[in-house]
Amino acid sequence: MALTHRSSNLLKPLSAAVLRRTFSTDTITVETSVPFTSHNCSPPPRTVETTPAEMMSFFRDMATMRRMEIAADSLYKAKLIRGFCHLYDGQEAVAIGMEAAITSKDCIITAYRDHCLFLARGGTLVETFAELMGRKDGCSKGKGGSMHFYKKESGFYGGHGIVGAQVPLGCGLAFAQKYSKEEHVTFAMYGDGAANQGQLFEALNMAALWDLPAILVCENNHYGMGTAEWRAAKSYAYYKRGDYVPGLKVDGMDAFAVKQACKFAKEHALKNGPIILEMDTYRYHGHSMSDPGSTYRKRDEVTGVRQERDPLERIRKLILSHDLATEKELKDTEKEIRKEVDEAIAKAKESPMPDPSELFDNVYVKGFGVEVFGADRKEVKSVLP
Amino acid sequence: MTVVFLGIGATAALTSANSFDSKKLHISSRRLVSETKSTFFVVRSDGRLNSGSNRRAQILITNAVATKADSSPATKPGHELLLFEALREGLEEEMERDARVCVMGEDVGHYGGSYKVTKDLANKYGDLRVLDTPIAENSFTGMAIGAAMTGLRPIIEGMNMGFLLLAFNQISNNCGMLHYTSGGQFTIPVVIRGPGGVGRQLGAEHSQRLESYFQSIPGIQMVACSTPYNAKGLMKAAIRSENPVILFEHVLLYNLKERIPDEEYVLNLEEAEMVRPGEHITILTYSRMRYHVMQAAKTLVNKGYDPEVIDIRSLKPFDLHTIGNSVKKTHRVLIVEECMRTGGIGASLTAAINENFHDYLDAPVVCLSSQDVPTPYAGTLEEWTVVQPAQIVTAVEQLCH
Repeated sequence: MALTHRSSNLLKPLSAAVLRRTFSTDTITVETSVPFTSHNCSPPPRTVETTPAEMMSFFRDMATMRRMEIAADSLYKAKLIRGFCHLYDGQEAVAIGMEAAITSKDCIITAYRDHCLFLARGGTLVETFAELMGRKDGCSKGKGGSMHFYKKESGFYGGHGIVGAQVPLGCGLAFAQKYSKEEHVTFAMYGDGAANQGQLFEALNMAALWDLPAILVCENNHYGMGTAEWRAAKSYAYYKRGDYVPGLKVDGMDAFAVKQACKFAKEHALKNGPIILEMDTYRYHGHSMSDPGSTYRKRDEVTGVRQERDPLERIRKLILSHDLATEKELKDTEKEIRKEVDEAIAKAKESPMPDPSELFDNVYVKGFGVEVFGADRKEVKSVLP
Repeated sequence: MTVVFLGIGATAALTSANSFDSKKLHISSRRLVSETKSTFFVVRSDGRLNSGSNRRAQILITNAVATKADSSPATKPGHELLLFEALREGLEEEMERDARVCVMGEDVGHYGGSYKVTKDLANKYGDLRVLDTPIAENSFTGMAIGAAMTGLRPIIEGMNMGFLLLAFNQISNNCGMLHYTSGGQFTIPVVIRGPGGVGRQLGAEHSQRLESYFQSIPGIQMVACSTPYNAKGLMKAAIRSENPVILFEHVLLYNLKERIPDEEYVLNLEEAEMVRPGEHITILTYSRMRYHVMQAAKTLVNKGYDPEVIDIRSLKPFDLHTIGNSVKKTHRVLIVEECMRTGGIGASLTAAINENFHDYLDAPVVCLSSQDVPTPYAGTLEEWTVVQPAQIVTAVEQLCH
């Protein structure tokens, strides 16, 4: 297998910050697990500043995401979620770290593994589960499904099923930001499988040509469904494949590394145009619920990563080593989260299925292009909703 | 009537603006479209009748009953221009009106557009608003759609409609479906436009009719322009529409000349145009075939037939109201289209008419389409792939015997 095992580096606190129970905003400095590797640029420093409040929120949010994905797994097996369901557990650090570095005016667009990014961008658990189960209260009113989560107000642009098609869209978001002279950036995310799509390079060329504030984030979980990266790409150093576009390789299982990289990338993109971030991450589940995830990789590999690089465990150890909370408190938090998730599922189950009359809603924008003349001979005009 | 090119194999050019001998002009006695919603009509001084609607403001031109005396150029209002200039005028007016409107395409900026539709716009509006893209249809279409998701109103120009096949995924999945799959959160007010259709020996790959491939995509609207008047009106309507609109232009129609009003006007995207009212048979057509039909109409009138010619303009959704009223009157339908026989616009229209107006038909719907072949390069063969006026005349005679 091409996956290199990282040595078990615990994040060691560099300074003895004052430790308090109420999660303060005192700065704690942590070091990322590995230094950044860069291409055509100078990498940001390994030391990241954080606060106890942030660390606790990282733990809480990642635990919520983990719990949500596992609950989605059970719901799928119970046939309440149908079709495709691509789970993100293992990759939570990317979503959390990115969100910590940006504002809601920055845009994020991703492919179909979008549940946790939706949550990070401000989506609620109820909306998530309702959409997964195809109910009215879902974020896309039940009409999108697992692969089409969107939240316009918080700058989350989805949620796309066709591999790679979201990257040109992302460059379009960046184009609009430049056009409107906003000082915001777009994170266009894709996977190691999509990294071989031509439209990605087309979009990258245009972004570099016009200095668009686009950041291309490759979430490299090393498998494009069942094909390992070394079997799909001649060069799987995805951060280098932008050629003239600078790149940065980041440990995607370390939320602080992700946060640092995204902050760096945002500053870079606003000044110099596009940059590629490669997040070295891993998914515990298979590609989707119909993929067991064990035919193309050994179980030992999965458990190995879980033991050594799990983002949640990393944060837990960090919190414990900084004495921000006790083991029991963290376990209680997790229990609380489990309860929250179960309640959200129950609430989502109560939500009704969309009404058949809603079938034609939102095909066209209301009031436009919806008059079909003379379809019924008795009425001279019929109007589609 | 607009001055047009010489059609292939045509024996004479179509009539110029001043001769009306071949048309019947009993405008006042005809109620060709429903009065339920239109309050004013635009009666063009060359005798064609367009219906207006409340939703899209149309200009009432009074005193425009067509007689030879009224139609001298000196007394006509408006200005004369070519179709590509009309498109440019519409585009420019909309760009002036709304700062979010921008154009993206290959060679639209400094080069001025391969058909000069965007000539000089880059000088006026800058390189970001009239964007020269690299040759990457898939991704610049995707880019435009992404920009539209945030509120910009881009106009994507395909240098030739056939190239947009490379962007089919973006047009189908992201453009057409995003409004639906996001539960209404995102609107995609893009306009995708470009020339298509069979030209003059351009070869198979540059003579494609993409309306037949795009027609099934849910969530988009398709319109085809055929005269400078409707080109400008449809361009403006498409830009103002909140839905994604595909505007099909035709390579051979860019140099049509016509006099259009000075006042601002916007046409209705979903409406068909009554080109020539008649009694015996309804001929439905669009884009370039309109001119072949009108040429055939001259011959038919001389032979004693009275065809009603409707330019359907709206390819998705069909204006079944205008079409239906016409079918109820004439009971015979001939569709003349440039799409191929299999799966074209004509095929869908035939199905729609048969489904909805079966009781009113005295004869089966006949559809004349292009042959199911890649368009050959040789001139004579190319002529044979497209419907010619002589074939239209024969078809009408057979239907109306």
